[in-house]
Amino acid sequence: MAIEVRIPTILRTYTDGERAVDASGDSIQALIEDLESRHAGIGERLLEDGEVRRFVNIYVNDEDIRFTGGLSTELSDGDTVVILPAVAGGAR
Amino acid sequence: MLTIDRATYDAIIAHARRDHPDEACGVIAGPAGSDRPTRFIPMLNAAMSPTFYEFDSGDLLRLYREMDDNDEEPVIIYHSHTATEAYPSRTDINLAGEPGAHYVLVSTRDGADADGTPIDFRSYRIVDGEVTEEEVRVVERYTDSSIPE
Repeated sequence: MAIEVRIPTILRTYTDGERAVDASGDSIQALIEDLESRHAGIGERLLEDGEVRRFVNIYVNDEDIRFTGGLSTELSDGDTVVILPAVAGGAR
Repeated sequence: MLTIDRATYDAIIAHARRDHPDEACGVIAGPAGSDRPTRFIPMLNAAMSPTFYEFDSGDLLRLYREMDDNDEEPVIIYHSHTATEAYPSRTDINLAGEPGAHYVLVSTRDGADADGTPIDFRSYRIVDGEVTEEEVRVVERYTDSSIPE
């Protein structure tokens, strides 16, 4: 099962500079495990204590996974996954 | 060094003043690899807070898709501080996710939210937790000779 994953600039150090990589998995959880097995270190940049990091956004076919079941969001062949770091900050 | 045209510089300041006392935020996109900020994109601060800003996640996806389609990148990511100096906070540093971007900070504290008053406008690179301030050069318009080397 091939799923295209769009990689943001800041994580391309893990993908030899590739903007998009193929990965497989029937859920986001499984997909991240597969990504980690091919691009060691990337998993830790996405997850913290078994959850998606607060300031990392993951979208499946344009839907933020926060609204579709988080890590258990199901994936099918041909889906597109986009990873984007939040653009956030402030004086706080 | 950040080279920016006067109209974009003024637009960032106007946005910061308009949203004061909440933080304002946005992006100036430019052709990939050009280091030239040309397309002003004010963003909604989804946090609507005087001490925090965050792009809405749906807006963020649309923005990046649009830039991809146009072969653009975020040349500048700007936001305002409304009660503190125009220097990256610990939060700004921890969350900086675009090592290639110029991070512009504007401070509207101490009455600088009023039109016509002096205002701090500063630019930084933030890479791997390291902050480096850089010179800001305002040009009336971009010419070939204002292309940063």
